[in-house]
Amino acid sequence: MDLSLTPAETEALLLSLRIATVAVLGAFPFAFAAALALARLHFPGKSLADGLVHLPLVLPPVAIGFLLLAAFGTRAPLGAFLLHTLGIRFVFSWTGAALASAIITFPFQVRAIRISLEAADRSLSLAAQTLGAGWWDRLFNITLPLALPGIAAGLITAFAASLGEFGAIITFVSNIPGETQTLPLAIYSALQSPGGEDQAIRLSLISIALALIFVILAEVVQRRTRETA
Amino acid sequence: MTVEVRIQHGFRGGFLLDAEFAMPKAGVTALFGPSGAGKTTIVNAIAGVFRPLEGRITFGDRVMFDSARGEDVPPSRRHVGYVFQDARLFPHMSVRDNLLFGWRRAGTKASPDEIAHIIALLGLDRLLERRPRNLSGGEKQRVALGRALLSSPEVLLLDEPLASLDAQRRAEILPYLERLRDEARIPLLFVSHALDEVSRLADQIVVVRNGRVTLQGSVFDILTRLELPDIAGAPPVGAVIAAMVEPPREDGLIPLSFDTGILYVSRLARPAGTRVRVRIKAEEIMLALEEPKAISANNVLPVRILAVSGGDPVDVQLVSGSTRFVARVTRASCARLDLRPGRSIFAIIKSVTVDASL
Repeated sequence: MDLSLTPAETEALLLSLRIATVAVLGAFPFAFAAALALARLHFPGKSLADGLVHLPLVLPPVAIGFLLLAAFGTRAPLGAFLLHTLGIRFVFSWTGAALASAIITFPFQVRAIRISLEAADRSLSLAAQTLGAGWWDRLFNITLPLALPGIAAGLITAFAASLGEFGAIITFVSNIPGETQTLPLAIYSALQSPGGEDQAIRLSLISIALALIFVILAEVVQRRTRETA
Repeated sequence: MTVEVRIQHGFRGGFLLDAEFAMPKAGVTALFGPSGAGKTTIVNAIAGVFRPLEGRITFGDRVMFDSARGEDVPPSRRHVGYVFQDARLFPHMSVRDNLLFGWRRAGTKASPDEIAHIIALLGLDRLLERRPRNLSGGEKQRVALGRALLSSPEVLLLDEPLASLDAQRRAEILPYLERLRDEARIPLLFVSHALDEVSRLADQIVVVRNGRVTLQGSVFDILTRLELPDIAGAPPVGAVIAAMVEPPREDGLIPLSFDTGILYVSRLARPAGTRVRVRIKAEEIMLALEEPKAISANNVLPVRILAVSGGDPVDVQLVSGSTRFVARVTRASCARLDLRPGRSIFAIIKSVTVDASL
């Protein structure tokens, strides 16, 4: 078997990486805010908010894709508004795939950040407080640096999960080579065409290699966390 | 600036904290009492990290907390230096960045000279580039002390800074605390349940038991009270005396003069004119009905018996002029010598401990 990648395979690989990167980075500020609220605040309806955050984890991805289509389709009110006033279109676009991935992997990020924030030693924050540090000061100079390795590991996990997203993407933005056809979608297409098994195996091997790289990376980051703690 | 504290707080489970005391504008006030008496909660309330239900806390004319007026200054703006039992250094920063954390956020900043002075005072010069995890327990506490001092605090709170250290580390830090006491021009609250630390460092003692202040006053007075076992769970100290080093006598003995007498020591590394604190253990004082003439002890003082405790051993409270002593003798000796309040006898002091200046 020829191990060098064909242009189509390279395209699917790069597209997958781009969509995952945008999805994870785009969702991070929201995930951080949600994690901070869940870790530090007490407010009515907190269990409900917690449940909502975790919903994408248990909902069928196809259902999420369909709901996105219903909300952001060009004939849906929100989708029409975005298209006509801001010129943003999610359907049939790679940005839509990134949005779907972001929502699917949102719980992974929130969980990792929340656990890191909760594990961060509150007594150190208290010490910083007596030394004159206010709320934001403590967040950025004490809590966040101490939680950083755990957060990084969470981001990597979310990234790896995003690479594997299939149902929400194909339902929301369809399967367009070069635009929305990520690795899992390319495998699906290969299986649909007669004699495409070899192609599917090659793409699967690429997926396995990619997944391994990120799982090992997350492990390394986590180990370094334990060593510095 | 005096610090006035009055707090009341009922905890779930029935523990009631009801404490009121004042700290003079300089010097060390020891918050003394057994574990679980509420000492740390009181310190936390002063720092603002614990909010009592009722009370009022003032630093001079600045009101920090007043439940009646709904005032509660956040900890970040109280200007307290808080040294915790467990140091709490920031693990992701070097010693230098730990030391300067509060300094960077202080309103009135210590000058470079003052920074250098504090670093030298605490012997931190060689540690600046290290990470907290590479420090010994004693070093950590010294850095925590420096970090608190460099934040230019108006009040310094030390919550059992020696409790987590072994005897050797403790002995290593105590001299630094003594120097700090002598130089600090701010009120210092020193929490401890160790009588030797308190008698060595404190000027004033606030005894806390079961959430209440049971006794407060000068260290010279409180530690020689016979009721100390009942109110503080600790035996009385023989004596704590403020004294002055005098020029050596011809026979080599060095006189230490105090308000009503003189004690002699054989060796002392401090020059004449130095003010020192003399501590005597109750077990180191013997009693005699007549003045012993041929005796090896250098210190024999005429005293009058003020009170005699019950139990065995017996604590005998004595006075010489205005200085109080406590001698600990067996009940048998007490009965044989017929020790009663009002009798004039002699105290033979076997050994004394001389600490740094007051």
